[in-house]
Amino acid sequence: MGSWRLYAAVAAGGFRRYATYRAATFAGVFTNTVFGVILVYTYLALWDEKPHLGGYDQAQAVTYVWLGQCLYSTLAIQGGGAEKDVIERIRTGEIAVDLYRPADLQLWWLASDLGRSLFQLIGRGVIPFVFGALFFPMALPTDVMSWAALFVALLLAMVVSFGIRYLAALSVFWLMDGMGIMQGVMITGVFCSGIVFPLNAFPGALGDIVRALPWAAQLQMPADVLMGETDPLGAYAFQATWAVVLLGAGRLLQSAATRRVVVQGG
Amino acid sequence: MDVMTDAFIELDRVEKVFDVRRKTGFLKRERRQVRAVDSISFTVARGEMVGYIGPNGAGKSTTIKMLTGILTPSGGRLRVAGIDPSRERTRLAHRIGVVFGQRTTLWWDLPLIDSYRLMHRMYRIPDARYRENLDRCVELLELTDLLDVPVRQLSLGQRMRGDIAAALLHDPEVLYLDEPTIGLDVISKAKVRGFLRELNTERGTTVLLTTHDLQDIEQLCSRVMVIDHGRLMYDGALAGLHEVGESERMLVVDLEREVPPIEAAPARVVKVEGPRQWLAFPASESAAALVARVAAEYPLVDLSVREPDIEAVIARMYAGEAENAVS
Repeated sequence: MGSWRLYAAVAAGGFRRYATYRAATFAGVFTNTVFGVILVYTYLALWDEKPHLGGYDQAQAVTYVWLGQCLYSTLAIQGGGAEKDVIERIRTGEIAVDLYRPADLQLWWLASDLGRSLFQLIGRGVIPFVFGALFFPMALPTDVMSWAALFVALLLAMVVSFGIRYLAALSVFWLMDGMGIMQGVMITGVFCSGIVFPLNAFPGALGDIVRALPWAAQLQMPADVLMGETDPLGAYAFQATWAVVLLGAGRLLQSAATRRVVVQGG
Repeated sequence: MDVMTDAFIELDRVEKVFDVRRKTGFLKRERRQVRAVDSISFTVARGEMVGYIGPNGAGKSTTIKMLTGILTPSGGRLRVAGIDPSRERTRLAHRIGVVFGQRTTLWWDLPLIDSYRLMHRMYRIPDARYRENLDRCVELLELTDLLDVPVRQLSLGQRMRGDIAAALLHDPEVLYLDEPTIGLDVISKAKVRGFLRELNTERGTTVLLTTHDLQDIEQLCSRVMVIDHGRLMYDGALAGLHEVGESERMLVVDLEREVPPIEAAPARVVKVEGPRQWLAFPASESAAALVARVAAEYPLVDLSVREPDIEAVIARMYAGEAENAVS
């Protein structure tokens, strides 16, 4: 094989590329920290009125907020990862260049996006999380195993997140423009991932639905794994199932797209 | 001799038809077929350097896309190194190099060298070979000072050289170049051309070059193919284009005094300016015979022969084709 070295190099490139955007990283850290503070006070007011909402106590709700801010750019909840590049390359016809290469398009972009995710976790996510832990009471585990379990859940969350966004990006082969679909990705991402409000606290049938959707694999699952609210293996199974379904659908759509490829712009 | 008969690229009546849907009214669509490539046949031998020219929309890029396997021909037979490109795109990719003048394969935000490291992994180039090829490209394309510069900071000429190097690290047997000198200044063009010539003569790399810059062709290619409206209109030596294009050469004579227009058919006088006259004659005719006749019959002082402008020849070919298409 040996192709893992290629994709490792692609991932490393994705990591380094985002590492070059220093001003954007700094601005992002600041924004996530400010948003975190605003959300924490809103949650605390809410949990004061309704203790144990969604099965969380106040410390858990605060933890949920800061994990969300930590993962906001890591998982490109509102979009803005590899799919942005893919859309642009389809729109301009540069995707033709990618097709000449002896590499798999989907694996290439997955690797690139994982590299980006990893950078944003370290460069942009950790600081707001640590800030939260220092200034607010949080429900953090003290054993290494829980943190390791979180890391596995995060990796799976990254793959699911990519799977959703890659499908959206491929649709541009037919739509010719990515504006509309990215609006869709943004709205569904913000609502269904639980970045604004924990999915566990969504009421009734709506709650049942959003908790079954792939977006639940992004923030809700890792949060529950970290705080011991769910069995990690069950969470992994849920995440892995969605990862396989989404990547499989991406593969099908990709082969349909490249078969009918009308590379734009001569 | 074997080299000449080794057809590396083979096209036999290759076609590419696109379905185009056009909006003709509210919810109404008209379906139309566009023949981007219309029954084209040619072969390119290993080690040849061929120019592939034609106006915008002639079908050049469509041909190249079929040759690389990202478009499937609608009809006909196409082989590159014995491989059907659209069926075995990935296998073929290891053996070909592609350079687009207007697109880049380089990693925009990262230093040039990072893109090369990626090529190293992507094409699984053995370490020693990678080193050797990289060193050679860096030296010949003068990339030494650019390796650590992010691609987005490179000038167009620098980026182009960077792209050419990227396409050659895996020792491709054939290199497709789509307008490699577009937008480059005179010095950058000369560097690119010099490098391509060396690549072709020293390493025997087969080169197929599309361009709008006929100087590229004149300086690099012994053979040229002209395509228009998806059809191959000419395939042969560059010099032969003049005959096909019915081009004319110009004999400019300076006489001792003003005389009436010279009569020397098939040459005809197209301009008279005092004692100087301009005679147009078919490019296929001998200039020597004409000069001898004029010198014998007129008081000749000085003369010069102007070769036809290749661009004018090709423009005439395109225009003639358009007229044929209309009638």
